[in-house]
Amino acid sequence: MTTMAMNAAIRSAIDVMMERDDNVVVFGEDIGYFGGVFRCTEGLQAKYGSERVFDAPIAEGGIVGAAVGMGAYGLRPVIEIQFADYVYPGLDQLISEAARLRYRSSAEFTAPLTVRMPCGGGIHGGQTHSQSPESLFTHVCGLITVIPSNPYDAKGLLIASIEDDDPVIFLEPKRLYNGPFDGHHDKPVVPWAGHPLGEVPDGYYRVELGSAAIRRPGDDLTVLAYGTMVYVAEAAAEETGIDAEIIDLRTLLPLDTDTIEASVAKTGRCVIVHEATRTSGFGAELSATVQELCFYHLEAPIERVTGWDTPYPHAQEWDYFPGPARVGAAYRRVIAA
Amino acid sequence: MQIPHEYGAHEARLPEPVDPNMINAPIPLGTRLDLYRLQQQMRQFEKRAYDLFLQNLVKGTSHLSIGMEAIAAGVGQAMRADDYTFATYRGHAHTLARGVPMGPVLAELLGRSNGLLAGKGGSMHLTSVERGVMGSYAIIGAQLCIACGSAWSAQFRGTDQITVAFMGDGATNIGAFHEALNFAAVFRLPVVFVCENNLYMEYTSIFDVTAVEHPAADRASAYGLDRIVVDGNDADAVYMAASSAISKARQGGGPSLIEATTYRHGGHSRADPGKYRPDGEVAAWLDRDPIPMYHQRLLTLGVSEADLDQVQRDVADEVEAATVFAKGGAPPQADTALTDVWADGGSSWRN
Ligand SMILES: Cc1ncc(C[n+]2csc(CCOP(=O)(O)OP(=O)(O)O)c2C)c(N)n1
Ligand SMILES: [Mg+2]
Repeated sequence: MTTMAMNAAIRSAIDVMMERDDNVVVFGEDIGYFGGVFRCTEGLQAKYGSERVFDAPIAEGGIVGAAVGMGAYGLRPVIEIQFADYVYPGLDQLISEAARLRYRSSAEFTAPLTVRMPCGGGIHGGQTHSQSPESLFTHVCGLITVIPSNPYDAKGLLIASIEDDDPVIFLEPKRLYNGPFDGHHDKPVVPWAGHPLGEVPDGYYRVELGSAAIRRPGDDLTVLAYGTMVYVAEAAAEETGIDAEIIDLRTLLPLDTDTIEASVAKTGRCVIVHEATRTSGFGAELSATVQELCFYHLEAPIERVTGWDTPYPHAQEWDYFPGPARVGAAYRRVIAA
Repeated sequence: MQIPHEYGAHEARLPEPVDPNMINAPIPLGTRLDLYRLQQQMRQFEKRAYDLFLQNLVKGTSHLSIGMEAIAAGVGQAMRADDYTFATYRGHAHTLARGVPMGPVLAELLGRSNGLLAGKGGSMHLTSVERGVMGSYAIIGAQLCIACGSAWSAQFRGTDQITVAFMGDGATNIGAFHEALNFAAVFRLPVVFVCENNLYMEYTSIFDVTAVEHPAADRASAYGLDRIVVDGNDADAVYMAASSAISKARQGGGPSLIEATTYRHGGHSRADPGKYRPDGEVAAWLDRDPIPMYHQRLLTLGVSEADLDQVQRDVADEVEAATVFAKGGAPPQADTALTDVWADGGSSWRN
């Protein structure tokens, strides 16, 4: 076991997989010499050489496309899109090609690539460095969407993603790289050291895709959250004194509906929290799923707490960001209903 | 494939010497004094912006173009007031070059309600439709295609306005660059693409990931355009090249692609110390700072030290006033973030 930040855990996962499987190759913008803007690939080029770890030109379509071809012909590319906000020029390759290769070739071809990308706000990035585009991916049949909330999960999920035979979108909430963040932006940064999930096994282990984790057991209501919002949900539970059961979904697709159903059947109440904009956000899918699975257990309407239906604001970041006050207020409404 | 060189120890790319004939370029002295003032404004503005970062007053990151001023100045000076500029996220100088006042620009960096965009854009999205600055673009290459559209519009409306679109060297490898150039060439659009080749993308040398030596100019022939490389650290050289490309575009002669070679004195963004660059390279380029060179040229042309001093002091006063203005602005109200998503002025779903 080693105490690690989340970016170090990601690096460790790639390192473990490069060691185990010669077919794992890593590329992206500034990821070679420099080691990545968030340091997630630091030292890997020196260790594995520039044949397996290399800098790409600024060309997201080209990066994703090349990874699709590598994947179809035996390699396991792990590519970095420097910020999720830059993935759009590569979306065509992801949606039209990576996601459908298996289906249209009757499973003769697959694209086992992993696309890592930092997402989410809280770093004053404004509209082009803060987005949470997860629902664009979950809407595409054929893409797996993963979003860890801590170093332990990040490493185990990334290993499982690299080993998976389908294309995986691996979203890394950038505000969590250096520590858990509960939305109290005026308080000092809390490092991962000291957090139980900052303890990371040194070698190989998997966290299975499609398994959620209960971060806080409780009886009053169920909270469905992922990424940074897990810590906001915890802070809101503490601050309101409401006995919330907080579920960290960890993968959005495949979705662990068993864990969700069991929890809502127990509590009868559900609040969904995400940082992404509200309309057609992943919360809508979650809400529909809970309704389908748990309708007769529900004692209150399901609530969603989300980012606003606006581009991510530059100056009003903390108004947009669904912090503990907004989440706590939703808990109270759902309890009172 | 082997690592071609140790981290940061790649071959230094040294600047070419100043072209000694440039002093004889047919540029009126008044224009040259304007070029000097513009470069002073850009330099002093960005130094102040940097100081304000250090005081934690700037919201978010910011990308400075200290060392690259001659390009924005030379191009801006060659433009007409009703022409269009498309800037990059490294766009403070592109914006100031169009005469956008410093106070609102600085206030925008600080995220204040008296900012150019009332705090909604920030450093990376400076826009002033009034001054023809049709936005600063943070997604590499996006502006190049959009610039084709504004050029098309001018052509369609029968005005002789031209469009200038800036980009970095790194932008030449994304599809949008190639789409825009072909589009502009096929439809003979009145657009001038200006590539600021500062030798680096963020933390990686452009030479490591580009098939040709001159990322923009060596691609021009693929679109039937002339190969143009200019000294981006000489405002006169840039002004001459821009003037000729602009008048060609204005007269219906179609697009141009100018590659201006330069260097950023600092890192990519404020957090970056720029350590991936060989020491000798940084030193050589610091030595080729466009502003002292231009200062010297004006002295040689007979302008007095006192006159240049006066320009510097006037600009310093302007920066001071802009700082007071910016710091005096209130943060925007939370609910202004909910305006202007839709044509009805709001952010709720229209139904
Ligand atoms: C599509 C896209 N991919 C990646 C980025 C991240 N990024 C921001 S600046 C930059 C480097 C750009 O280099 P260059 O074009 O040379 O401009 P410079 O910063 O040197 O002025 C990169 C890769 C981005 N903004 N957009
Ligand atoms: Mg560059």
